[in-house]
Amino acid sequence: MDVDKLVYDHPELGKFKVHRSAVGAPEIYELERRRIFDRCWLYLGHESEVPEPGDYARRVVAERPLFFVRNRDRQLRVFHNACPHRGALVCRSDRGNAQVFKCFYHSWTFDLSGALVGVPDIDGYGTGFHREEMGLRSPRFDSYRGFVFVCFDHGTEPLRDYLAGATEYLDLVADQDAGGMRVIPGSNRYSIKANWKLLAENSIDGYHLPALHRSFVEYLAGIAKAAGRSVTTDGNRRGVGRSLGNGHGVMENDAVYGRPIALWHPSYGEEARAEIRTTRDRLIARHGLDKALRICEKSRNLLIFPNLIIADIMALTIRVFQPTGPAGMEVTAWELAPAGEVGIRLRRRLDSFLTFLGPGGFATPDDVEVLESCQQGCRSGGVEWMDLSRGLHREPRGTDELQMRSFWRRWQSLLAGTPHVEQYERGLPPDAVPKAIPPPAPTAPAD
Amino acid sequence: MANTPIRDRPVAAGLPATADSLLLQHEVEQLLYLEARLLDDWNLDAWLRLYTPDASYVVPTTDLPEGDPRCDLVFIDDDRDRMEARVRRLQGRHAHREYPWSRTRHFVSNIVVTAVDGDEVEATAAVAVWRFRAGESAGYVGRYDVRLRRVEGRLRLCGKRAILDHETLSDHGALSIIF
Ligand code: FES
Ligand SMILES: [Fe+2]
Repeated sequence: MDVDKLVYDHPELGKFKVHRSAVGAPEIYELERRRIFDRCWLYLGHESEVPEPGDYARRVVAERPLFFVRNRDRQLRVFHNACPHRGALVCRSDRGNAQVFKCFYHSWTFDLSGALVGVPDIDGYGTGFHREEMGLRSPRFDSYRGFVFVCFDHGTEPLRDYLAGATEYLDLVADQDAGGMRVIPGSNRYSIKANWKLLAENSIDGYHLPALHRSFVEYLAGIAKAAGRSVTTDGNRRGVGRSLGNGHGVMENDAVYGRPIALWHPSYGEEARAEIRTTRDRLIARHGLDKALRICEKSRNLLIFPNLIIADIMALTIRVFQPTGPAGMEVTAWELAPAGEVGIRLRRRLDSFLTFLGPGGFATPDDVEVLESCQQGCRSGGVEWMDLSRGLHREPRGTDELQMRSFWRRWQSLLAGTPHVEQYERGLPPDAVPKAIPPPAPTAPAD
Repeated sequence: MANTPIRDRPVAAGLPATADSLLLQHEVEQLLYLEARLLDDWNLDAWLRLYTPDASYVVPTTDLPEGDPRCDLVFIDDDRDRMEARVRRLQGRHAHREYPWSRTRHFVSNIVVTAVDGDEVEATAAVAVWRFRAGESAGYVGRYDVRLRRVEGRLRLCGKRAILDHETLSDHGALSIIF
């Protein structure tokens, strides 16, 4: 299979398919490491994880150990977690607060800005040794409204340009509280024995909610019924899917569950109503009716290419997944909340998270199971292509697959080194539709 | 992060060896063994009957074993209603990671009664659960902190906090069973 023929993209024929080798072949995975993970901006963490000078957090991004720190000037610094002497890990716990970082091999010491400030028995080094050249090394990093990204390629466009239309959706998250947002302590860390792209797809797939997550839907309906209320369950059908440029995509739907920010649900109890109304009024006063109602009532699953999901649903979740091979990934998820949210409101948010999300939730285990199942099904043969043509013939809805197609188009162009073409299907903003580039000539897929 | 003990409470030494405390120890052990057996038999209705109406079941995240469900993210924070909903989900056909059910074996040991206060008893135990399904096997290892209460002469569980020793759930993918 040629690497530029893995995505069969022909809206004019009503077809969009991805070859299954894209989610299992080791040589594709090796190419992805170089052409996608070494080139794209990748999510590292959230500024609120290191609020005070000396606070640090450790991560592995695209198999590279990194850590980030708040220095004495309250600036964020990101470092490769490797000692410039002989390479030992300098930061050896997941989070904490430090005055300096001392390497445990020969005790070289670095300050919070990475400068080498201590070398035992420095007389052992001659004129060729320059302490100022031996500080901790940083990758490119930048942040947008608290979300911190790194990039291992100096040729990649600046973060802001890279994020393209996704900034509008990050704003809808960051604007939920005038005091900013914070990551709640405690994270979900689990694995899925499936290709990472299956989770990218799954996280913006609105079609599967009533099917795969039937037990969750029934759970919520049961609570509503016990409270003497009926709830709508078809909000996804009134949503939209959008391509946001550079492979980013979103589905935005009417929420069919409560939203801790400010959409009441019977599961929150009557006593929550008044206070949710207050939050809504505050958001309306600050952002105007349209934007405030979007924040309150719409759920959004945002994919930032390649491996970051912000799921602003019955909870507000940051989910990032690191591939560990062609058929494996490590997932980390956090809950984000308005910085000033405490007491019963915070408790309600956390409770809402647990109804659906996480390793012990009433839905996430089903997603893990189905992605592993897709990965196993891949090995059967017979089914050579995955179909993602849903909604090609109409204005894209939240339950359609435009947002997944835009991910795959970007993936294909980066992998094959071909120009990225925002497609000519319906629903894209007119300025995203290329004028001169004709669709590639169809080659018949094998099935 | 500096190494700090998980709890500032000193390790409870257990109760003095009187005839009463031996009986209580036996009772607590038998209750926890029964719970383990009911879970392994997937007799979840009977499992629920071991718990009081005000019971809670909490599992903190692997990176924050001291997590408080009121202000920290945890894996599971069930009151009695959600325990029942969890059981109903596991008994149905749409908890896909447990349909068909996995085979499990809960081992409970190192049981120490740490406090007695009127009708209420606190105990701690070590737990290991083996789970087998779909060609995979994984172990969940950790600690139970339980609260028990005597109701109409019999001990019942009124709270279980099940703390995992794992750094992540990378070997497991989920916590789809009752730990
Ligand atoms: S490797 Fe770090 S001081 Fe030698
Ligand atoms: Fe799902």
